[in-house]
Amino acid sequence: MKITKDEVIYVADLARLELSDESVDKFAEQIGEILDYIDKLNTVDTTGVAATSHAISLNNAFREDHVEVHLDRETALSNAPEKEDGAFVVPKVVG
Amino acid sequence: MKLYELSITEAHGLLKAGEISSRELIRSVLERIQAVESRVGAYISVFEEEAMKEADKADQAIAAGRMGPLTGIPLSIKDVICIKGFPTTCGSKILNNFYPPYDATVADKIKGAGAVILGKVNMDEFAMGSSTENSAFKLTRNPWDLERIPGGSSGGSAASVSADMCLGSIGSDTGGSVRQPASFCGVVGLKPTYGRVSRFGLVAFASSLDQIGPLTKTVSDSAVMMNVISGYDPKDSTSVPEDVPDFTASLKDGLKGMIAGIPKEYNSPDGLDPDVYTAVQDAIRKLEDLGVRCVDVSLPHTEYAVAAYYVIAPSEASSNLARYDGVKYGYRDKSQDTLIRMYRNTKSKGFGSEVQRRIIIGTYALSAGYYDAYYGKASQVRTLIIEDFKKAFEQCDIILSPVAPTTACKIGENVNDPLTMYMMDVFTLSANLAGIPGISVPCGFSKNNLPIGLQIMGRHFNEEAILKAAYNYEQAAGYYERKPGL
Repeated sequence: MKITKDEVIYVADLARLELSDESVDKFAEQIGEILDYIDKLNTVDTTGVAATSHAISLNNAFREDHVEVHLDRETALSNAPEKEDGAFVVPKVVG
Repeated sequence: MKLYELSITEAHGLLKAGEISSRELIRSVLERIQAVESRVGAYISVFEEEAMKEADKADQAIAAGRMGPLTGIPLSIKDVICIKGFPTTCGSKILNNFYPPYDATVADKIKGAGAVILGKVNMDEFAMGSSTENSAFKLTRNPWDLERIPGGSSGGSAASVSADMCLGSIGSDTGGSVRQPASFCGVVGLKPTYGRVSRFGLVAFASSLDQIGPLTKTVSDSAVMMNVISGYDPKDSTSVPEDVPDFTASLKDGLKGMIAGIPKEYNSPDGLDPDVYTAVQDAIRKLEDLGVRCVDVSLPHTEYAVAAYYVIAPSEASSNLARYDGVKYGYRDKSQDTLIRMYRNTKSKGFGSEVQRRIIIGTYALSAGYYDAYYGKASQVRTLIIEDFKKAFEQCDIILSPVAPTTACKIGENVNDPLTMYMMDVFTLSANLAGIPGISVPCGFSKNNLPIGLQIMGRHFNEEAILKAAYNYEQAAGYYERKPGL
């Protein structure tokens, strides 16, 4: 198998996903098959080929440093699951 | 003819001549939605009251002689595009109850042109999928056969246009998500050049591949929509300051002198449904009758495109979707008392399994020790795919191919087989990797009466060529006149 269950758990942890045992089994198998397929890329000779991150290359998109209208605090917080005194509330960070 | 059956171009003419009112038109389409929605399942939300108000405003504007290109025209919008004050879900539980505090540039532009937004339509969660079966909310059915998928990820857009539940729709295309459902539902779908249409307010899936595009009943309507939505936007640093022509102006020019490349890798009978093969070959001959000269071209790295795409797209997605953490908006799992546990439970309960699968693939491909082997390699292969197209376009103006290797499959048929599902994008995703425009135009039906689409791809920023070829073909072939028997 291309990817072990432990690797799935490790990568899921990096991505902050909590997987059930059943999901780990299923993902290991399915992702293994996908990675096997992706291995096809190794048969392509890419010596000296530059990598492309964007198909249309643009130089830096600069703009003038003017103050523009932005969301006010109340609007920015309007979708927050929990808020207090104009700030987002999160559970305790150290614990 | 019922008003809901009209195309955008037809309705615009009737509204302008005062023969119909926008109120009548919007009411007709809303009644149509009521009549067929329980069978088709295209809409996630319908804004009935607001739409009627907008219709009245449109009628006043028309009476005052202030008519934009879309004034009074009812459109549906894929639920991946933010519209201020209306819920945007992306087909995901994690964005349940999210009300965008701003308009996407595209929403701003179509409102500015006078369009009436009817509602938001269904999609695969975060646009990840080719069947719309990955929506967290509902199943969308193909209006031509209710046992089948509409394609995806813009399945709600395609089904709503095909079933006359709107006059046109806005979708998004990351690997074929406008063109493939357009093909499966027998409508016209265009993916513009990367950078042609602003992505500001489009919820990001894979930022180097995503592009917004119209789904319409006819090619003329596609050109009308392109005129409205195209153009540089300072809010999207990847939008390109390129002149926007009037896309409707050159549609009716003939095709004499146009050269079409036929890539052998896309047009071999192997691996193609025989009905799809025959329909596309017939379409190529029809275009030759219209004056197009066909030449053989080769895109030798085609067979690596799916593999490169399924590294690059999940990698970008894993990074883009990290923002859904239960803090700023959307769903939060409240069962946990520490931050990290809250993140983990929010994401696991909020994201569906295809999204989780792609986040894991992307995180894996970008993780230490694997980056060069996966993301680095795929980005190099992407360069080779772009060079293939550059070389091909030295010999031709447009490239012709099927949109998808098959017609729409049955609901549930491939739902547990991600790799088979990914293969449905084999002919469309190269255009996203290369950033070139592509259009799907109906080119016939299979023996079991399912629509088939012809894909026409063009050079960067040459949407005019593909629209012109598609228009001339559409008028000669006449498939746009057929409607599903709902």
